[in-house]
Amino acid sequence: MTPNDPPIVRLKGVTKRYGATCALNDVDFACHPGEIHAVLGENGAGKSTLMKIISGVIPPTEGAIYLDGTETTLASPRDAVARGLVCMFQELSLVPDLSVRENLLLGAPGSGLGRLPKTAIARAQQVLAQIDGRHISMRARVADLSLAERQQVEIAKALARNPRLLILDEATSALNASVVDKVFDLIRAESARGVGVLFISHRFHEIEALADKISVFRNGSHVDTFANGAHDYSAIIGKMVGQRIDDLFPPKSPADPDAETVLQLEGFGWGEALQDVNITLRKGSIVGLGGLDGQGQAHVLHGLFGVLKNTSGRIVLEGRDLALSSPKQAKQPDIGIALLPEDRKTEALVLQQSIRANMQLAALGTDGVRASDPALYQPYLDALELKYATLDQPVGQLSGGNQQKVALTKWLALKPRCLLLADPTRGIDVKTKTQIYGLLRQLADAGTAILLLSTDYEEFIHLCDETHIFYDGRVVRHLQGDEVTANNILSAALNMPATEMGAEVAHA
Amino acid sequence: MRDFLRSNRREVIALAVLVALLAVYLGTHPRGMSTYVMTIWANQCLILALAAIAQFFAVIVRGIDLSVGAVMALTNTLASHVLGGTGIELIGGAGLVLLVGVLCGLINGALVVFGRIQPIVVTLATASIFVGLALILRPTPGGQINYDLADAMTLDVLGIPTALIIAAMVIGLFWVPLRRTGLGLGLYAIGSSEQAAFQSGLQVRIVRMASFGLGGLFAGLAGLYFSFVTTTGDAGIATNFTLNSIAAVVLGGVALRGGVGSVIGAFAGAFILKTISALMFFSGLPPLAQPLVEGLVLAGAIAIGGAEILRVRNRLEVFAR
Amino acid sequence: MSTQIRKPFDLVVAVPFAATLVLILVGSVFYPQMLGLDYLSQQLQIAAFLGVIAMGATIVILLGHIDLSVPWVLGGAALISTTLAGTGDPTLTMLAIPAALGFGALIGCLNAVGVVILRIPSMVWTLAMNSILLGSSVLYTGGFNPKGEASGLMSFVATGRVLGVPMAFVLWMGVALVLALVLHRTGFGRYLSAIGYNEKATYLSGVSTPSVLFAAFAIAGVCSALGGVLLAGYANQAYQSMGDPYLLPTIAAVVIGGTSILGGSGGLVGTIGGVFFITLLNSVLSVMQISEAWRNITFGLIILVMLLIQTLRRKEG
Repeated sequence: MTPNDPPIVRLKGVTKRYGATCALNDVDFACHPGEIHAVLGENGAGKSTLMKIISGVIPPTEGAIYLDGTETTLASPRDAVARGLVCMFQELSLVPDLSVRENLLLGAPGSGLGRLPKTAIARAQQVLAQIDGRHISMRARVADLSLAERQQVEIAKALARNPRLLILDEATSALNASVVDKVFDLIRAESARGVGVLFISHRFHEIEALADKISVFRNGSHVDTFANGAHDYSAIIGKMVGQRIDDLFPPKSPADPDAETVLQLEGFGWGEALQDVNITLRKGSIVGLGGLDGQGQAHVLHGLFGVLKNTSGRIVLEGRDLALSSPKQAKQPDIGIALLPEDRKTEALVLQQSIRANMQLAALGTDGVRASDPALYQPYLDALELKYATLDQPVGQLSGGNQQKVALTKWLALKPRCLLLADPTRGIDVKTKTQIYGLLRQLADAGTAILLLSTDYEEFIHLCDETHIFYDGRVVRHLQGDEVTANNILSAALNMPATEMGAEVAHA
Repeated sequence: MRDFLRSNRREVIALAVLVALLAVYLGTHPRGMSTYVMTIWANQCLILALAAIAQFFAVIVRGIDLSVGAVMALTNTLASHVLGGTGIELIGGAGLVLLVGVLCGLINGALVVFGRIQPIVVTLATASIFVGLALILRPTPGGQINYDLADAMTLDVLGIPTALIIAAMVIGLFWVPLRRTGLGLGLYAIGSSEQAAFQSGLQVRIVRMASFGLGGLFAGLAGLYFSFVTTTGDAGIATNFTLNSIAAVVLGGVALRGGVGSVIGAFAGAFILKTISALMFFSGLPPLAQPLVEGLVLAGAIAIGGAEILRVRNRLEVFAR
Repeated sequence: MSTQIRKPFDLVVAVPFAATLVLILVGSVFYPQMLGLDYLSQQLQIAAFLGVIAMGATIVILLGHIDLSVPWVLGGAALISTTLAGTGDPTLTMLAIPAALGFGALIGCLNAVGVVILRIPSMVWTLAMNSILLGSSVLYTGGFNPKGEASGLMSFVATGRVLGVPMAFVLWMGVALVLALVLHRTGFGRYLSAIGYNEKATYLSGVSTPSVLFAAFAIAGVCSALGGVLLAGYANQAYQSMGDPYLLPTIAAVVIGGTSILGGSGGLVGTIGGVFFITLLNSVLSVMQISEAWRNITFGLIILVMLLIQTLRRKEG
């Protein structure tokens, strides 16, 4: 393991194009044995494309791949695994309808279409035991596992393949801190044995804790590679974004406590999953819904958009009781509720259809709106600076940030009086974030009432006027004014008294 | 055990329904549980079961095969030409019939894998071709099968219907071992998530080809067994068997979205379907009402399977595939 | 008229029309009468039967679904209309066509109940529906060819001519035009293809997806029933299994016309081309007086070639 060893994998002049979009542009990159190499960049910077090329999922359009100094073509993931390049994918590579055991056997090295060698199982079980996954039954169907359990299995599966280069693409996003520590111990042990590790994560402290080297990507180009610690946090962010972002959030307007109430939830509930929620949404205010994933906050949005059956309690809109049974009813101007759903690709947009068709889909069938009128959409396209070739371009060709702009425009065109947003900035680049924040503030100032579900507590602090924190289907805290601090938000999310958390959060 | 029941729920239900139906059938039949009754019942069931297995291999990899009946027609008419002799000729003849079946399946597979056309459309077109070939072989029903061979395959051994022995062999000697191989796993993996299967290093194209090849093999077996039961060749059987094979796999708990189900389920579905018809025959229902009752039972069974969805309280969940 | 592709004469849509033209030209080399007006107008009439059914099938396939109940909706409609007309009672005779179409709409709605409310795959549920209808008609007719006859109006729309143009063809074009207007003037066409691509996102855009599915299946049922009325008018009777030969050619016509079997993209214009192509192909094959066997084989091969061409076109596009 001397520095003179050839890198396990080296890319030279690699470019990947999808039609007109260039996902990777003339990239040189290398990973050496025994090195833990973090890859940083915003969404759409080309990290995932890079990983897919190294793991044989897609071929590069141009350029060469060298393994141990020899030029090689990777024909398929199978080919890559046979050469010791093992990837743990962000979109999990587990087959949902098969058992854990079968997934571990599937495509393991040395397996063909005939008898399956069982060696992988023992190694995987050993790994699972080390990362708190002992309870996961080998016979359980993967579809029945939680996301965290699936990630544990995925890690075990990857390590059981005896990688020479281990690629982790957001491998630990659903795992809690203590499990993540154990995974890191494992990764360090692998690296000490001479295994190279490529590591993509959005959690900065994870990268600081683990990486030897850091490479930054931006817009499909490899910007820089440096040793961990060579640059500080803000310098690295600068490299990622390519420009200084002074103010992520627009200045907050003072909330008007006497503004008229637009929407009121009284004792709102939905079976066991959501109980006794009371929220008041005033004209021009932005109200946050926070908490850990899946504590019921998403049900509030769905309930307000007519998606849930058998809700209890009252929804009062400008003084009248609402009984909502469909999104179609909710979007009509007499009600005027709009929902930007959580999953852009499967819920918010029809990817195969054009920008225009997507924008018009919500306006179609809304009373008093002429969907074909371009003037409905233009102001929002301008405000958000949507980048597009023509409006006939399929939405699927746009970057994630631009897709989100289309999804927002589609609903804003209806001029809803109440806008429901489910984590609108998840996985979106910083520039688009500032544009979205700016627009939301403008909308609120113009009188729209906004309910914002978020997983980013910064948004509660800097954008929202007040925030409700959910735990186990109930609102556990209602934070207003000075109370809205990182400390309070996090402790409430874990349903702990604020004081206990203080010290821990301060350095998180 | 709980994991097993959970992941094989559909098959367990199908088998339970089958046992109940069979009990009623044998109870109501005037001649009761005689070898004769059992043999006739098992023969009819096995023909459809083999066709259903052919369909299973298309459905499990998220496809559908509209040519199952056509391949049966082709292999059946071929058998009526090559299975009339004796001894070694018979072995060669049966081999040829099955080879043709596999070939048909591989043609379908190649068009799906390399032509990138949806299986439903591919097999719609190839079905027409296969039926045409069958019509060349037998413009009108006729021909003959060696009676000794036909008897050996369709009567009984020590009172146990040969058809049931064949069924047991298909499950025990073919399916159970296959399920444990890389190919067996691969079939489910492709149907459940092709992307995950590919990223896990599965040879997706080869597995899919193999799946269609196996489908062709079983359609050929179904045609062959049909020949043993009827001892003639008939090119006109295609449509009926295709549609019934789809109904059978659905009743047997094989999900049309792929990745879920098993050959055992396909067997159970086919046996259920045929047992219902047999029951009807002896139930005293007027013969003219039988097709309607059969249709209603089929629709009812499917509807009950779907009724679960009515309990869903989040309207978005119905869109999950 | 395509709902997704804006250019009216997209290549995918043009393929079946071009292929039809080639078929006529090549055929006429051997059989000059193929260029005659008599022959062509007769083909328009025959194409109309398949065409009317295929209009409805296109709509269902755009949704990403399929309707396998075509044969017995067609057969049932023929049976109902000829039975009513066969009574000789003027009121019942007048009701023959509306009753048949109403029957088609009803079955379409029942299809939708299974597909929309119980979420049963349409391929399975419509197949079950088909066997129920088959069973009902066996029970009703006693397994014999039913008595009854076509009404004057039925015969006229099926076999009559207006200024030398077959009435059936005029009717088919009328149906196509009405549907095209509905698809374009209302959001219906948009909804169809949006649902075909992504039903969940469409629902969350505030589209009443259940209503769209119900309407689509009902339209398909009415189209199949209309096909049955035309065929009964043409044959002056209903007969067992009269719909069976129409199921697969319908699907073939839709797919050759460039509509994706997975839903989303495609449209009525392409299907019209597909219907012309299938009809002429059948006709050419029978004019050539080859056996049924070879007709089947050639038919299958040519469909495969067309599918391969369509797949290639789409990949380029």
